[in-house]
Amino acid sequence: MEPILEVENLSVRIAGLHILQGVSFTVAPTGVTVLLGRNGVGKTTTLRAIVGLTPRGGEVRGAIRMGAQSLLARPTHRLVRGGLGYVPEDRCVFAGLTVAENLRLAERRGTTPAYDKVYALFPELDRRGRQRAGSLSGGQQQMLAIGRVLLNDNRLLLVDEPTKGLAPKVVTEVAEVLERVAESVPVLLVEQNLAVVRRLARGAVVLAAGQVAWAGDAQRLLLETALTKSLLGVGSAEGHAPAASGGPAGGKDGH
Amino acid sequence: MDTIVLLTLTGLGLAALYFLVASGLSLVFGLADVLNFAHGLFLGVGAYATWWAAGNLPGAGGDGFGFLLAVAFGVAAGTLVAVLVELVLIRPLYSRTIEQVLVTVGLSLAGVALLQATWGADARPFPRPDWTRQVTGVLGAQVPNGGLLLIIAAVVVLGAILAFLRWTRYGLVIRAGVENREMVTALGIDVRKAFTLVFAIGGAAAALAGALGGVYFGTVSPGQGGSLLIFAFIVVVIGGMGSVVGSAYAAVAVGLLQQFVNYYGTSGLGDICVVALLAVVLLLRPQGIAGKVATA
Amino acid sequence: MTEVKSPEVPAPPAAVPAELTPDTGRWHRVRPFLPLVALVVALILPYSTVHLPGIFEGPLNSPGTLQLLAVCLVFGGLAAGYDLLFGRTGMLSFGHALYFAAGVYGTDILVTKAGLPLWQAAVLTITGGTILAALLGAVALRTVGIAFAMVTLAFAQVGAILVARDFGGLTGGEEGLPLDVSGLPPALVGVANTVNLYWLALAYLVVVIFVVHRVSGSPTGRVLAGLRDDERRVGVLGLDPYRFKLVAFTLAGGLAAAGGVVYCLIVGGASPHITSSELTLSLLVMVVLGGPGTRWGPVLGGILYMYLDHRLVAFGTSDAVDALPAILSRPLSQPLFVLGTVFILAVYFFPGGLASLAPRLTHLRKTLHPHP
Repeated sequence: MEPILEVENLSVRIAGLHILQGVSFTVAPTGVTVLLGRNGVGKTTTLRAIVGLTPRGGEVRGAIRMGAQSLLARPTHRLVRGGLGYVPEDRCVFAGLTVAENLRLAERRGTTPAYDKVYALFPELDRRGRQRAGSLSGGQQQMLAIGRVLLNDNRLLLVDEPTKGLAPKVVTEVAEVLERVAESVPVLLVEQNLAVVRRLARGAVVLAAGQVAWAGDAQRLLLETALTKSLLGVGSAEGHAPAASGGPAGGKDGH
Repeated sequence: MDTIVLLTLTGLGLAALYFLVASGLSLVFGLADVLNFAHGLFLGVGAYATWWAAGNLPGAGGDGFGFLLAVAFGVAAGTLVAVLVELVLIRPLYSRTIEQVLVTVGLSLAGVALLQATWGADARPFPRPDWTRQVTGVLGAQVPNGGLLLIIAAVVVLGAILAFLRWTRYGLVIRAGVENREMVTALGIDVRKAFTLVFAIGGAAAALAGALGGVYFGTVSPGQGGSLLIFAFIVVVIGGMGSVVGSAYAAVAVGLLQQFVNYYGTSGLGDICVVALLAVVLLLRPQGIAGKVATA
Repeated sequence: MTEVKSPEVPAPPAAVPAELTPDTGRWHRVRPFLPLVALVVALILPYSTVHLPGIFEGPLNSPGTLQLLAVCLVFGGLAAGYDLLFGRTGMLSFGHALYFAAGVYGTDILVTKAGLPLWQAAVLTITGGTILAALLGAVALRTVGIAFAMVTLAFAQVGAILVARDFGGLTGGEEGLPLDVSGLPPALVGVANTVNLYWLALAYLVVVIFVVHRVSGSPTGRVLAGLRDDERRVGVLGLDPYRFKLVAFTLAGGLAAAGGVVYCLIVGGASPHITSSELTLSLLVMVVLGGPGTRWGPVLGGILYMYLDHRLVAFGTSDAVDALPAILSRPLSQPLFVLGTVFILAVYFFPGGLASLAPRLTHLRKTLHPHP
């Protein structure tokens, strides 16, 4: 099967720091491919480079292709309109806007927004339409961030640490949702929680020191405890304890 | 009693002027991170274009409908200049904040010099309808109509901007962009169109301030925008950058403080109190009364 | 013979001092001596009777020319001091005129109103200006970036208001305050002694250059450069950015106040336009035109800017400009229009300022004469 996304020899330098040094991998056209690695290894930087959000002064080299189309050097809004959905780290919902306004923002001229699909996945969003997004719980904000992207058709979803800082029960809910989403759209997922990875991922790409350290079948990676431990610094499939929530947004990875 | 009413209303007139300048500055800064030193130029263009139209534009004049037409012409000119500045000078430097500030600094120097070259450095009498020269009795105080006109205009502009932000698609984009510009583009929206729009809104409001300020002061001079701009900056910082409502509150606070202290204290003391207020607000609440964090 | 060619000679970023850019050939050997040559030229200038028509109105040693040159030198020093903030620490202050004005008005008031001898007035003024900078900096530096710019602008506005409203009749308000020369050393008074003011201005410039270079070469200077590049990294090292920025702000304020003392003597008094935000904006223009963060750029920018500011008035009223149609001649007669436009163009096309031109010219010369 042709991969949906090919990343070839991707190097990113930000403020003089080489964060990625020749990263190459592909994303399968179906199911979830998970991007793993220790903190600060450049996972978020990779996603942001794909969607064209490398900070100013950052330097991106290499190639990123979706099908025959090169993604590099195209403005973010074009990429997104071209079918690249992006759910950022820390959700980034617009706290001062209502839930309905957050969703309305994602509407596009000339297409019909799939509200029925989104509300079927997240009935809560329908009920809380008039509530300010900033007053939602972390899990609800994550639902909103995902729902916002699902209003439009996507060819590929990039999802950055959707379970970060969430309570265990909510983590399970988010994982369920992503599982259903992945039935129709391929997903490139950054995730630290190995239980979630075990449940969702087919392919896995492990980054270490700005390069791809391992790539292959995700389930096989998780079976080989020693390998997992050496690559990720964790031994069991329990995953990390949820990180302390509420930190300021942005800049965790490789800044 | 009537002194207090008079001071309150003239203070509010001043506040209205500040608000008209500050609202645009605040939106431009909140959305695009541009500290726009050329904003005073938009005000100057509005004032001079109104002045010019009243004398030269067919149908326009210093009174009645002709005056309305002259003001409309001035506002249109200010808006046009603001849009051109954004498209030609600011946009190529997208997200290079310091360079953008430098360009607006150069523009403010060159623009004021250009106004001066064209119409001279001296203040010129501003055309104004007769009724703006008269006073209206409010609770025993004789309040100049020019000031009341400014207050009404500012309230209308405030209402219009808030309605625009609240009810329109672009208003939604601007509100979201002030919070997190990057995320707006990540939803597939070309946020730069909204930049042009806030420049247009800011230019129009500033040009209106120029025209009505001309009516209020009775004269127009090239440097008028510059001195107003500094107080507008203070209003923007106190109000919280990016917040139109915050700007309105801060403008009222600054205008009243300035007017009362200048009257009951020494002339000029009010201006200094305003800066002291700024220092206090920054020490207590670096993010301003409302809105976005000012320390970014 | 094979020649070692650098693959590309990009314009160095403004942050790289010119002396660090790789360079080869004769230029390289001459270069370190250029400042010395400039100093020698500056030293023999007052003894020269050469007449440069169009460039200066009188011969070089005429009082008018010397006064213009002295003003240029003071602003060269002011710009170099301002660059300590903008180019070397990355602080965008819009209130630097305040400390300069404090120097000018402080000297003027202490000499004219209080009748102090000049040296006492100068010492008090510079000390006062430095303390003022430290106090206001301590408040303003609680903010960063654009908010800092606005706060410094507001503080400077207070200075402008105080001067314009003439509290206690000290400043002379709009009229300004002429310096009472009766108590001054005779060597600094009178048209015939303009040359001594020139020496004073030159000495000021040399002192500022010396101080700025010593500071930026010191460990403190490296921290300041670190703050400019990325404040967080300095914070990570356990250093307090606030204190280092306050040091730079205070030092720059003190240098500006000292420049004010000299300027007050050169022009023989104080006038309110030096308190305006326009002066700070001009400083910014000087530094950016010259090349922020470079060794000589800001000095050159300051000298050139003041020269043009004065001479463009004459240029604007010259026959050549008058002969142009009004639509051209009127704007061209406004120095600020010309300078503002040049500045905007410089931001777009010469981000490194004048200092970035030298490496570019070197590159051009190398291309033209491939063999050294």
